[in-house]
Amino acid sequence: MALTDKDVKKIAKLARIRLSEAEVTHYAGEINGILKWIEQLQEVNTEGVAPLASVSQQALPWRADVVSDGNIRDAVLKNAPMQNYGCFAVPKVIE
Amino acid sequence: MMTAATHMTLAEARDALKAKKISSVELTQAHLDAIAKHNPALNAYVHHTAEIALAQAKAADAKLARGEAGLLEGIPIGVKDLFCTKGVGSQAASHILDGFKPEYESTVTSKLFNEGAVMLGKLNMDEFAMGSANITSHYGHCINPWKSKTAPEKQLVPGGSSGGSSAAVAARLCFMATGTDTGGSIRQPAAFTGIVGIKPTYGRVSRWGVIAFASSLDQAGPMTRSVRDAAISLAAVSGHDPKDSTSATLDVPNFEAALGQGVRGLKVGIPREYRMEGTHPEILAAWDKGVAILKAAGAEIVDVSLPHTKYALPTYYIIAPAEASSNLARYDGVRFGLRVSEEGDSLDDLYEKTRAAGFGAEVKRRILIGTYVLSAGYYDAYYKKAQRVRALIAQDFKTAFEACDVLLTPTAPSDAFAIGDNSQDPVAMYLNDVFTIPASLAGLPAMSLPIGLSSNGLPLGLQLIGRSFDEATVLNAADVIEREVGTLAPEGY
Amino acid sequence: MSQTPYRIHGKTGEWEVILGLEVHAQVTSNAKLFSGAPVGFGSEENQNVSFVDAGMPGMLPVINEKCIEQAVRTGLGLNAQINLTSVFDRKNYFYADLPQGYQISQFLDPIVGKGVIEITLKDGSTRQIGVTRLHLEQDAGKSLHEHSPKYSFIDLNRSGVALMEIVSEPDMRSPEEAAAYFKKLRTILMYLGTCDGNLEQGNMRADVNVSVRRPGEPFGTRCEIKNMNSVRFMLKAIEFEATRQVAILEAGGTIDQETRLFDPGTGETRTMRSKEDAHDYRYFPDPDLLPLVLTQDYVDAIRATLPELPDQKKQRYVETLGLSAYDAGVISAEKEAADYFDALVNAGHDAKLASNWMTVELFARLNKLGVEIAESPITAAQLSGLLALIEDNTISGKIAKTVFEKMFESGKPAKQIVDEEGLVQVTDTGAIEQAIAEVIAANADKVAEYKSGKDKLFGFFVGQVMKATGGKANPAMLNELLKKQLS
Repeated sequence: MALTDKDVKKIAKLARIRLSEAEVTHYAGEINGILKWIEQLQEVNTEGVAPLASVSQQALPWRADVVSDGNIRDAVLKNAPMQNYGCFAVPKVIE
Repeated sequence: MMTAATHMTLAEARDALKAKKISSVELTQAHLDAIAKHNPALNAYVHHTAEIALAQAKAADAKLARGEAGLLEGIPIGVKDLFCTKGVGSQAASHILDGFKPEYESTVTSKLFNEGAVMLGKLNMDEFAMGSANITSHYGHCINPWKSKTAPEKQLVPGGSSGGSSAAVAARLCFMATGTDTGGSIRQPAAFTGIVGIKPTYGRVSRWGVIAFASSLDQAGPMTRSVRDAAISLAAVSGHDPKDSTSATLDVPNFEAALGQGVRGLKVGIPREYRMEGTHPEILAAWDKGVAILKAAGAEIVDVSLPHTKYALPTYYIIAPAEASSNLARYDGVRFGLRVSEEGDSLDDLYEKTRAAGFGAEVKRRILIGTYVLSAGYYDAYYKKAQRVRALIAQDFKTAFEACDVLLTPTAPSDAFAIGDNSQDPVAMYLNDVFTIPASLAGLPAMSLPIGLSSNGLPLGLQLIGRSFDEATVLNAADVIEREVGTLAPEGY
Repeated sequence: MSQTPYRIHGKTGEWEVILGLEVHAQVTSNAKLFSGAPVGFGSEENQNVSFVDAGMPGMLPVINEKCIEQAVRTGLGLNAQINLTSVFDRKNYFYADLPQGYQISQFLDPIVGKGVIEITLKDGSTRQIGVTRLHLEQDAGKSLHEHSPKYSFIDLNRSGVALMEIVSEPDMRSPEEAAAYFKKLRTILMYLGTCDGNLEQGNMRADVNVSVRRPGEPFGTRCEIKNMNSVRFMLKAIEFEATRQVAILEAGGTIDQETRLFDPGTGETRTMRSKEDAHDYRYFPDPDLLPLVLTQDYVDAIRATLPELPDQKKQRYVETLGLSAYDAGVISAEKEAADYFDALVNAGHDAKLASNWMTVELFARLNKLGVEIAESPITAAQLSGLLALIEDNTISGKIAKTVFEKMFESGKPAKQIVDEEGLVQVTDTGAIEQAIAEVIAANADKVAEYKSGKDKLFGFFVGQVMKATGGKANPAMLNELLKKQLS
């Protein structure tokens, strides 16, 4: 169950966080410590217990199908580090 | 005059403003002066909004003159950096949100401004609300205004994640500060700085515009120097928000009016599992003191059991990081904040470099854990298991509340520790939240208030936990304790 | 099944093709699934975007009630089970067109469960194709690649628009079946008004899962051909992909489970470069949303508002109106055509007459013009005018065809054309008899030949009388009177 450096690299890739080799090893150690501590949950008998959907006691509220938003392009783009043609710019993506 | 102005409670200031004994502009200026004097050493405020504050104060004075006062008309407050405030830096104390100024206002701050509050600035916190000591902030540590008698040279942590909020309120740099609480981030810093902080029932206060950490746990709430101030402020920020699907469709009671009912006949539950092995005797003594006060005031003390208490911490440290790993995926250098990229980089390079540079170590750690516990093959064993245990923890409280009306426990396992004294082991840090996390998992209202000082001369707090949406009972019981204990204040502010 | 099963003929023998479709249909609604921004089309970039759609910090989703209704309506139209409780999950992955870094979708508990779609093939046979489930999810934004060689530009107008993902069972066994399923599903959605079926705009697109196996063996590894929005290309893509897989397997290789794209230019499928190893989407219930709970009353109320669906219409056309199964199928395949036909029948016209004129004359003309029936220059009301003139014997069927052409050209109503050009047919028996007498008199030799047994000459006489009456003699009358005079 202990994570290897390879496991941590896979997780870091899924999370899109670049880690140096040293960081990988460092985080592997820390995460393994945390996971070991979390293991105690397996002691709990949860037979027949439904996972808690939410502490909220109500049902999902619905809203009416009216246009109540949008048309705020400048505000949406305001904080963009790079933009042009009314769009956010990213490095070229080839499909 | 200046000292007196910032020493008032919020309620006193409200009355003084209404009685025209002082103007909001005077009150605001007094706070700005105090901030100029004390903030450099505390690093509580990280964005200053003096111009906005004075303009708001002026408008408030006009409204007060017309007799149109809102709940907090003219009252200077601080806002945790986790709240999106329009046109003002809102960075969750993270490098990855450098320069982010939202084009929208959070519901909580909208409500506060509608009620006439005056914003002095944005307050320091742990990065993305992940921490219990305000030592992970990109703006640098926040320092507790309290000093230990036994080691006065040491800088102490104010608690976290709402460290800046608690420090500012304790140091009289605002009458109230907004905080957020996911696993204890209002209550624990309130205990460390000797003030009052309440985490409302999940759904009582809107999350719209609060930068999300763990969606099923986050709740915004006020931090103040008195229970009455907390009641007033809680009413101002509460209420149904149609923009938040988890927001409760309940009317907001007049919390201030609920104070002063006394606790005669109130059943106060003492959960035996909170008396943990290795808990510092001073913490236990403080707890006993609280029990005695309520008993003397006519409350019935009841022994209750919350059998799954010890599993609350590991449950939280699966669920919160899992939700966070998903909530923080949007920080990618594309639409706001930091962007780290070089010529020739691919899209993934942009993501990986930006997030590596932008997130601090604790945030990275939690994202990695969260990603792992949700990943294929592990979801059932970790996340789903944790949600089952969470259901049991919630059920524990429901059962306990059949035998009592409110629970009394310690807030934190220690008084404020020194910066650098904390262990490098993440798990040791997580144990700071051992008393606060269960109520978060169950979504129950919980508050901390000061009960006295430790042998180091540092504040200790007690926690009151109530039934869903029964903040009134919690506030009322706290009020009784406060009448006996009084309020605490660090020296020199 | 009357037709021979579809097979890929490989070097070592025959292979069966297993097909399943995952269709993404954009929900017809004013606003998006979880935000109040408009759905729209053709707007300027990032104009239909709210802070929620842009994944800004602190933003939260709130569900649009119309999208729920449309999903339930669609489920009922597919004869599917409606799940009264369903859950929204986050599907986590990073991509430029996905601002939140996750898509809100439904994983383990979708709003609609198992259903069925009946398809009709060219030979008239029908098959039941299973629908596994339908769920609601957010659409992603769009990347624009043409502005610059170094950058792509992200337009989030489509981000957050509601989609219904409709998954079929792997029940199809030929490209024709897959195409029939796709077209039938599209018709049903358009009948229900839950999706406009606009393929050019990409409002409905299919991911086609293709695998091959030797008949009787277990299913093979499948590949997914993404984002098909053309039936023509779907047929080609399936054939290419199945052939490709067979070639690999016969050479002793194995199929890599992968996602592919169809290139219309080359007629081939190729691997999608951007998709790497299988994504781990880390689905978990979205903590910003509570479970979706429907009441049976709510579902029943929607059921009560369902229109007559294609299968029901077809059945009614055949059983009540006497149409052939083929014609009934053609007309009911498109809602606008069915509406057109229903209007004619409701105006009192003979169903078979109306159906003939539509399927033979109208559709041919529309195809030639490249126009959909919804844009037909001749409306149902106008065609009704023409049919009325046929039914009351004002003109013959033959003349009617001429009038029809002129209606298309001039836009004038049928009656006006008939009056202006004097096309009223001759039904005056006297006039016809006179013409017959003249023809008989002028062709005595042929009359003799006819009477001695050359029956085929009857047509000659018909033609001559028609000519003499300027083509306007009522054919039925002509026949009857001619027979009399020649006997």
